[in-house]
Amino acid sequence: MKVVFERPQALSDVTTHYCPGCTHGIIHRLVAETIDELGILERTIGVASVGCSVLAYDYLECDWQQAAHGRAPAVATGIKRALPDSIVFTYQGDGDLASIGTAEIIHAANRGEAITVIYVNNTNYGMTGGQMAPTTLVGQVTTTSPRGRDTKEAGYPLRMAEMLATLKGVNYLARVAVNSPANIMKAKRAIKQAFTVQVEDGGFALVEVLSTCPTNWRLDPVEALKWLDDNMIPYYPLAEFKVSGEVK
Amino acid sequence: MAKVEFNEERCKGCGLCTVVCPEDIIALAARINKMGYHPAQVKEMDKCTGCTLCARICPDCVIKVYR
Amino acid sequence: MLGDKVLMVGNEAIGEAAIRAGCQLYFAYPITPQSELPQLLARRMPEEGRVFLQAESEVAAINIVYGAAGAGARVMTSSSSPGISLKQEGISYIAGAELPCVIVNIVRGGPGLGGIQPAQSDYFQATKGGGHGDYRLIVLAPASVQEMVDLTALAFDLADKYRNPVMVLGDGTLGQMMEPVEFGDIKAEIPSKPWATTGRKGRARNVINSLYLDPNKLEEHNWHLQAKYRRIEGAEVRYDSFNLADAQLVVVAYGISARIARTAIEMARADGIAAGLLRPITLFPFPTGAIAQAAEKAAAFLSLELSAGQMVEDVRLAVNGRRPVHFYGRTGGIIPTPQEVYEEIKKLAGEEVAK
Repeated sequence: MKVVFERPQALSDVTTHYCPGCTHGIIHRLVAETIDELGILERTIGVASVGCSVLAYDYLECDWQQAAHGRAPAVATGIKRALPDSIVFTYQGDGDLASIGTAEIIHAANRGEAITVIYVNNTNYGMTGGQMAPTTLVGQVTTTSPRGRDTKEAGYPLRMAEMLATLKGVNYLARVAVNSPANIMKAKRAIKQAFTVQVEDGGFALVEVLSTCPTNWRLDPVEALKWLDDNMIPYYPLAEFKVSGEVK
Repeated sequence: MAKVEFNEERCKGCGLCTVVCPEDIIALAARINKMGYHPAQVKEMDKCTGCTLCARICPDCVIKVYR
Repeated sequence: MLGDKVLMVGNEAIGEAAIRAGCQLYFAYPITPQSELPQLLARRMPEEGRVFLQAESEVAAINIVYGAAGAGARVMTSSSSPGISLKQEGISYIAGAELPCVIVNIVRGGPGLGGIQPAQSDYFQATKGGGHGDYRLIVLAPASVQEMVDLTALAFDLADKYRNPVMVLGDGTLGQMMEPVEFGDIKAEIPSKPWATTGRKGRARNVINSLYLDPNKLEEHNWHLQAKYRRIEGAEVRYDSFNLADAQLVVVAYGISARIARTAIEMARADGIAAGLLRPITLFPFPTGAIAQAAEKAAAFLSLELSAGQMVEDVRLAVNGRRPVHFYGRTGGIIPTPQEVYEEIKKLAGEEVAK
């Protein structure tokens, strides 16, 4: 018998701080598999953001910089401009990218910065205790929308992928989910494509990954997979929005 | 011929692997590991097909698959 | 190439000095009264095969600095007071992660949007940290266009030497005024940076970070930073003086204020008043020792600033109650005339020196 599945080399051999069933760990592994398969570990620099994934620098074996809240695309811009031959990616949550960091992500995308963005959307601020995010679904209860998100007060959930797809500077843009083995395999292909674009000097690439947050959703991890399917995917459809700079 | 190895001390007992297994041969153990979780275990290894679905959904990279 | 001696405005002199000091990337956002600097570098950096990038905001610009400095490059950004306020978050992260970079602040009047005329009212912000947490910048205060050249070059060297952000603190007058300058033999000697995130080839991985969730580790990091600041205080104090040796009234002033003070002191000397000047060139580290030494002979001090009184607090700490320390300043973009400073010196000489 041969080994057909094991921990990728780029994934650190440690226990993560993530809650049981949190799918951040799956997304980390997909990024690590991609780094291994493209053979880019020695020239990859990750940019960790603020939120649950702030400690991502402990979990992937590449060089890292830890960025201020929302500023990862700016930090990545500085690294890539200083070292154009490096492979630079950010790993950001929805509070980070879709709220406090909207200016930085829009302008990095619009400049066509040759970086890869992994954008993890779990509809809330996980690290700080499950507060409402710009991505929180209408009616969704969080610790700061205790009666459910009210559009009169808080507007509508932001579809970042669709917004960013309008920008000429974007080469590749997809939304995927990691709530089933089939979706995980599609997510892997999108993440690998988003890094390949950079390896081939194609410009800006972003993958929005729908992810679960069992703890703050007050669901067990298995129920959380289904909640994502039933509630997130209808509002955040899975698709490749841009491929090779062309709107799909 | 296939088998899976679970690094049980790394398992957080989330149970995601138990629901994706097409052979339904994974369950959480009654015992608890050092972190205090009931780790996932394979009940009937001879039924394992090495499909890797359990490993692919595991958020903690607990599972190694042989085929 | 520029000849031996050329006429330049201060903002452009900083830009040209930065290029000669090996600045590889410069990140801009427009704001008055420093815009000549990004305008010059938008043209000059690409000519030199280096990077000029106009960011979407000061917030983005300072975070791009963080990324590029963390990747091991010589990096600069510039702004003026309101823009520097926006950069404070990033500066705190840069100080925490110990990244070398140069930040130019061509100060204008505040608070808020304030005005666009020269001021020195960002002294507290520049010298006491500015953002959150216990940290210091090295702060250099030029008083001429030539010093804008010399101190910009020094800023890059000190930044690399101490892995610390360095601020060049000018003002709108210095930024806009034209004087002859020489660039001399500025050398771009960039030390190796084994800590930089350049890709982990041939070494263990590097992480640029300011997060320490373990309070013991964070305290250890803070003591490490403080030890560095004490080393900087021990080795990098720079100041200038004029008629200081026998001065009974010591005027302490930096930047443009020091030039006005000098003229006023000459007027006072012509009147027989023993006035002198102590001009801090480094605002952090502050020339505390030199001021304490002057306090042994002088009868009184006058801190002259384009602010409502900020550096005066550091002068008082240095004098430590042994002599009276007075303040004279104008705010809002008003620059005092040498005559009005002379009047103040004369008044204080009458009150203090005669006693």
